[in-house]
Amino acid sequence: MKPFDYVEIRVPAKPQYVGVARLTISGLASRIGFTYDDIEDLKIASSEAITNAVQHAYNEADGGEIVVGCALYPDKIEIMVADHGKSFNFEETKEKVGPYNEQQEVQFLREGGLGLYLIETLMDEVKVHHQEGVTVFMTKYVEEKRVEDNVENISS
Amino acid sequence: MSEYKKWKKFMNGVYLMNIEVVLKEEENFLKAFIGGEIDVLTAPILREKLTSVQLKEGMHAELNLSDVSYMDSTGLGVIVAFFKNINAKNGHVKLTGLSARLKRLFDITGLGEIMDIETDVKVEKNYETI
Repeated sequence: MKPFDYVEIRVPAKPQYVGVARLTISGLASRIGFTYDDIEDLKIASSEAITNAVQHAYNEADGGEIVVGCALYPDKIEIMVADHGKSFNFEETKEKVGPYNEQQEVQFLREGGLGLYLIETLMDEVKVHHQEGVTVFMTKYVEEKRVEDNVENISS
Repeated sequence: MSEYKKWKKFMNGVYLMNIEVVLKEEENFLKAFIGGEIDVLTAPILREKLTSVQLKEGMHAELNLSDVSYMDSTGLGVIVAFFKNINAKNGHVKLTGLSARLKRLFDITGLGEIMDIETDVKVEKNYETI
């Protein structure tokens, strides 16, 4: 058996679906015992990543789609937000692929605000990949006490 | 046509917006009651409402956020822009009715130190609903 449950949401890259994805993640997080405050953190962090993807795809004629993947473990949630909505100029893309340049990714996400800063602050681990669009990976752990309570509930 | 009008025309009747903004203007004083969810979908509504305010020299503005159930950086961006505009006119902005959650959002972004914020002591009841 896989060590985690996987749930994937695919939504059009439009503002009206950010809240839908946010509430789905909120529901998933509550299943593995996150506290109310941690769920609020998850909602903000995932909204920031999805909003970022929406804003970069928003002016494209075909709109594009955003994929939100959630891996649910007993003690943590991993959320991946991928923006593959944009079509690419091959040469331009080729230049961008290559050695991972953190400074460049940060610049890319920082335009327009505090989004990445909030993701980094509210999540436990964050990784950003810039290859055929932007992909944000983020992890949040359930507080230890909560995990024990959960295990007890399941075993009893 | 303004961005907001274009956007509203596109959205009208299609999606239910969970945001409410009520403005009360009186001479040099502005009071705004803001409620609902402020995210990438609804922040343009708040921005449009706040930019519709006629800025006056030395204006006092109060944004009451006690009915805000969700807010992220899109909302912070609109509030910061408003704060800058009022400050440029030597005015003052006060944020009131913030839940502990909302206050934390301002604090972790460093805005809590820059802005005049009054928190709400009442029991928190704001949960975002589906």
